[in-house]
Amino acid sequence: MQRPQGLTRELMAMRVAQEFEDGMTVNLGIGLPTLVSSFLPEGRRVTLQSENGILGFGGISDGDFDQDLINAGGQPITLLPGASFCDSATSFGMIRGGHIDIAVLGGLQMSETGDLANWFVPARGGGSVGGAMDLAVGARKLIVVMEHTTREGEARILRECTYPLTGQGCVDLVVTDLAVIDVTPDGLVLREVAPGVTSEQVAALTDAPLRVPNSVAEMRL
Amino acid sequence: MVARVYDTPAEALEGIEDGISLMIGGFVTAGLPTNLLEALFERGTRGITAITNALNSDTVLDRMCEAGRVDGLVATFAIRASSGKKSHFETLYRAGKVTLEMVPQGTFAERIRAGGAGIAGFLTRTGVGTPLAEGKLEMEVDGETYLLVRGLTADVAFIRAHRADTLGNLVYRRAARNFNPLMATAAGLVIAEVDEIVEPGAIEPEQVHTPAIFVDRMVQAPALPVSWDG
Repeated sequence: MQRPQGLTRELMAMRVAQEFEDGMTVNLGIGLPTLVSSFLPEGRRVTLQSENGILGFGGISDGDFDQDLINAGGQPITLLPGASFCDSATSFGMIRGGHIDIAVLGGLQMSETGDLANWFVPARGGGSVGGAMDLAVGARKLIVVMEHTTREGEARILRECTYPLTGQGCVDLVVTDLAVIDVTPDGLVLREVAPGVTSEQVAALTDAPLRVPNSVAEMRL
Repeated sequence: MVARVYDTPAEALEGIEDGISLMIGGFVTAGLPTNLLEALFERGTRGITAITNALNSDTVLDRMCEAGRVDGLVATFAIRASSGKKSHFETLYRAGKVTLEMVPQGTFAERIRAGGAGIAGFLTRTGVGTPLAEGKLEMEVDGETYLLVRGLTADVAFIRAHRADTLGNLVYRRAARNFNPLMATAAGLVIAEVDEIVEPGAIEPEQVHTPAIFVDRMVQAPALPVSWDG
């Protein structure tokens, strides 16, 4: 089957940002999740936390580079009024202690029970864990954002991950270029499809069993 | 004991021997004690076990690896998942010439905090069911599975702060704080490089991030630019 054209990275980031509710504190992982900070929903107060010890930053800075003011991906950032700095133990206390409402992480694979693999690439024989394992177990809600399939067209949403895990049963929601899928106690449930994509196409490109309700909404972007 | 102020980074390293375990503060470009690392490289110290958040290519630590000065690394980030620029460390690691202990970042921070606070270990959910749980004792508490993780200390810590007074009280700048105040508590010999050293009283007591008791040596040295190819 021809793989349907999915969302761009920007549109995936925009869809993730819609999950943020007024008053939430959010941690955005490295890579695609970082893009989400450019699409924060208007009218909602969302506080961004970075695991290198920053609470309340604005977005990516295009001003003069200050090497002491960077996010976890090493990118320069701006500060908002009321921002604070802390050491890394306090920062991960926020994360592990359940004080972060939502973490957004990239993914390589996830399973039907919400296991996540996102740090080690077997084909390359390498990878680094950073703060991903702490975010996976510690955030109150974990959203994974990733392409629905690999570049070779292989499914990333599987019955069981074949890559080394980041965490077990930790994913609550996955946003891909094709769909939004909830991880529930009864398995994966399709919530939305991307414009121009059908539920059948999503199910065909998902290895794990996927429950498809009678009516599946199209993503509003 | 009151901290001693040295004139140069090289002099601040007096007595440092081969074979040390060395904590190095900093996160990517923020708060790296680069002057002390450059001086250690010049000094030719070998057999180092480096304990630091990340090893990146094009850094003095990676040049120390290339020169055969580093035996092992304890870090959260050392080998990239993407096949971008390869560090000298990665080449040596794949050849079996250096060891790597990969630690989740929150566990890494807490191990150092615990080590510095006289806590032998702690229980965390982080890493359960992953390859990083191998060799660790699992314990069940109130129906939840945890890993027993040990506290971490080192022979020497290199840290970077913004201001110090001559007693050794430290203030960090912005996100340069990161692991620095934790490492300041967890090593036998703590050496801080700082932007400026002021008289006692010039730093408000409420503003002190690292109390002087933790700092042994200081040297004034401006931050060197750190390259980052992220």
